Order: sequence, then structure tokens, then C-alpha cells
Amino acid sequence: MDAIKMEGLTKRYRDVTAVDALSLCIEEGEVFSLLGINGAGKTTTIKMLSCLINPTEGDAYLLGKSIRKDAAEVKSLIAVSPQETAVALGLSVRENLELICGVHGFSKEKRNAKIQELTILLGLEGVLDKKAGKLSGGWQRRLSIAMALISEPKILFLDEPTLGLDVIVRSELWNIIRSLKGKVTIILTTHYMEEAEALSDRIAIMKDGKILVCDTAEKIKEKAGTENFEQAFIRIAKGVDQ
Amino acid sequence: MRMFAFAKRNTKEIIRDPLTIVFGLGFPLILILLLSAIQANIPVSLFEIQSLTPGITVFGLSFMTLFSATLIAKDRGNSLLQRLYTTPLTPIDFILGYTLPILPFAVAQSGICYLVAIFLGLDVTVNILFAVLLLVPCGIFFIALGLLFGSILTDKQAGGICGALLTNLSAWLSGVWFDLELVGGAFQKIAYMLPFVHAVEMERAILVGNFAEIFPHLWWVLGYMIVVLGVAVLLFLRQMKKK
Repeated sequence: MDAIKMEGLTKRYRDVTAVDALSLCIEEGEVFSLLGINGAGKTTTIKMLSCLINPTEGDAYLLGKSIRKDAAEVKSLIAVSPQETAVALGLSVRENLELICGVHGFSKEKRNAKIQELTILLGLEGVLDKKAGKLSGGWQRRLSIAMALISEPKILFLDEPTLGLDVIVRSELWNIIRSLKGKVTIILTTHYMEEAEALSDRIAIMKDGKILVCDTAEKIKEKAGTENFEQAFIRIAKGVDQ
Repeated sequence: MRMFAFAKRNTKEIIRDPLTIVFGLGFPLILILLLSAIQANIPVSLFEIQSLTPGITVFGLSFMTLFSATLIAKDRGNSLLQRLYTTPLTPIDFILGYTLPILPFAVAQSGICYLVAIFLGLDVTVNILFAVLLLVPCGIFFIALGLLFGSILTDKQAGGICGALLTNLSAWLSGVWFDLELVGGAFQKIAYMLPFVHAVEMERAILVGNFAEIFPHLWWVLGYMIVVLGVAVLLFLRQMKKK
């Protein structure tokens, strides 16, 4: 089964079409990147897929559940790590993880087991009892991803997960994302070309709400006639003849 | 239950904010002590303890608006709500999760004010319990007002409007600090069209055992509570959709 199937997914704000009739399938276990310049429609697409906003037209099915008709079921399948760090700053790292376990209705045993598992996976042992508001941006981002993963999502949306992080933290987060490959379907938006190239099975480049190209990084480079993925992105986004 | 997990988080955020202790508990107590001291030196009937305490407890509730509005506006500002909107929490879970944790603070604040008032000479009667009980709809009104402002304002705006403007308005228009008849005219008419003075007069009546005199004030308080809660829920749901 496709993890995500979009059928003419469209979002209009008055006279602006933010997302224009997207039709696309994403396989289970795939790491799929959405690239595009600012205002391309990436975040709006993720917001529709995660039931934060309703599409104007079209529909999308997440593991067979419609974002229009089965929003509650869709929400139990997904997790989102938003662009900004979305953690409760007044709570400790452990309390943030407990909050997410609680809103997903986990039992005490399951909650403790999941917190232990995610603490090890994200290397949060040393900061577990620290207030989230006192952590650096990199640690907050790790916590944000742990909060997204703790609900055992089948589909994980990572919106600019490494934005503003230093090279070391970014590389550590890449390793975490790689470790999830095949287990969770990951939809990633990023402005870092090397990140998309290094992590993704397939990449879609968006502009003005439309998908210009959707393929593997290698094939996108071939189509653009360049060895460099960033150059390929620029050529495609600018509409340079290929 | 999912809602309780969210409510528990909100309780922790409120308790850990020093603003809660300073304004929520400290300020009303200072006012009772200060005005009682004035009353001891220059007797003013308005500041007699059985008249002053109900007013201070209602005034103190205006800080509940500040707590709820600031908490919601902060959550809206840092994407936490966006994350939580993608979880199985329902709109009613959010509304109850924000409202219920503040209610015990409101009751505790009123209870502590009455305890201090007893220490300052207020007669101990069962009416104190009724007075605290009747503060619950007042508390819901003020918390709902916070939900309303928190849904439309930023945390800085919420701090200014709820922390400065509302607390002052609710004080001036409640008849706690001065008799509204002394001002009279349009000011008095406007005051009686708002719930603050009705809440205070209801509390004063119940504290001295004049049960018949809680009406029509109780209807005004309940009416405002229902309307503000309804508008707050609509505005909260609207900003939820906008996200």
C-alpha cells in the first residue's frame, strides 16, 4: 500500500494558489524530500497532509485514510516535527515526552518503555531532567524529533529539521533519520540540497504550488544535465532549458 | 485520558511561572492587609472586612484571565499547539485542558483570601463556603475571557491587555475601591451592564446570608459566563483552523 497518495490536492487562499493539484504517491518506508524556494508550497502541503488545514480541492490518503473524511484516524498514524521547535519550554525533557505519550493515550508501562527507547536513540540521557527552555537549539531540535517519534508514527513529517543547526548536530540528526529508513515513511522539507541528496530515496522539487520534477537525486541531476545537485535544483527551479 | 495529560502540562506551566504566585496570591493578600490597615485608622464602610473580602476575591480572579491568556498566546507563538493539533486531541480536549487547571487556582486564591480575612476579624460562618462556591462561575468567566484573548492576541499583547487594562477595568467597574453611586451617571450605568459589580454584590450578599439578594446578580454573572465562554470557544476553534 502507498503510505501517501495525493489526488489533485489543492489549496487556494483567495486569488493565490499555494498548492496546485498535486497528484503523487509515496511508498511505505520511503524517505521523500520536498524541495523548493520559499513560498513554493512545501509547508502548505505538509499542513494539509497532517490535517492542520483543509484542502480547497482534491484529497490525500494516508495508509488508505482520507485527510478530509478520516482526520482523526490520520492523526493517529502521523507525527509532525514543525519548522520551529515545538516543545513545552517550561517542562523538562522527560515531561515533554510524557506529555506526548499522554495525549496518545499510552499506558504507564508503554510510556516508560518508549521514553527509555527514545532517550537512547536521540542521546537525551544527560538532559532528561533539564528544562526544555534551558537547552540549546540543537538539543531542543533533538527533543522535538523525539516527541514526534515517541507516538510510533507510521508517517513522520519533518519540516526543516536541521535549520540553524551546526554541522556536527546536523550530521547526528542525519544518522538518526537514516536509522529510521524503511521503518517509518518520512516526508522531509529542507533548504539544504546536500541534506535532501544524502537522505532521500526520492525528491520532489516544487515551484508555485506545482511539482516540477519528482525522482531520485541521481535522475534529477541527469535530467538537469549536471553533476551537482544544487546546480540541478537551481536549473529546474529557474526553468533553465535542460 | 488524553485531555488530562494536556491539562497536567498546563498546570505545571502555570505553577512554575513566578507571575502566578506574585499576582495570583500575593497581590490580593497585600490589598486585603493594606486596605484593612487603612480601615483601622480611617474607618470606611466599603473597606470593612465583610465588604472588602468579596470584592478582593472577585478582583483577584481577573488575574486568572492573565494566566490563561498568556499561556495560550505563548503556546500559539512557539508551534507547540501546531504539533498538538496533529495528535488525537480533540477541540474539546484543548478547551477543557486550558480551562480546568486554572479553576483550582481560582478557588485556592479565594480560599486563602477568606482565611486571611478570618484572621483579620471576618466571622466564620458556612456562608464563606457558599461565597467560594459562587466564585466558580465568576472564575469560569475570567478564565474564558483569557481563552478568548489568548486566541487572538500575542503573549505580549495579552500581558498588556489582561494584565493592565482588564485588571484596572474590573477594579474600577466593580465597586470594590469606591461606591459607584458616588460617580453615578453613565459610569454607573455602564458598570451595571458589565458583570464585575454584579459578581461583587452577589458575593457580598451571600457572605452575610442574604440569599435572596444574590439575584439578579447571579443571572448577570452566569449570562456573561455563557456568552464569553461561547465566543472564546468559537475564536479558539477559528485560530485552530487557521493553523
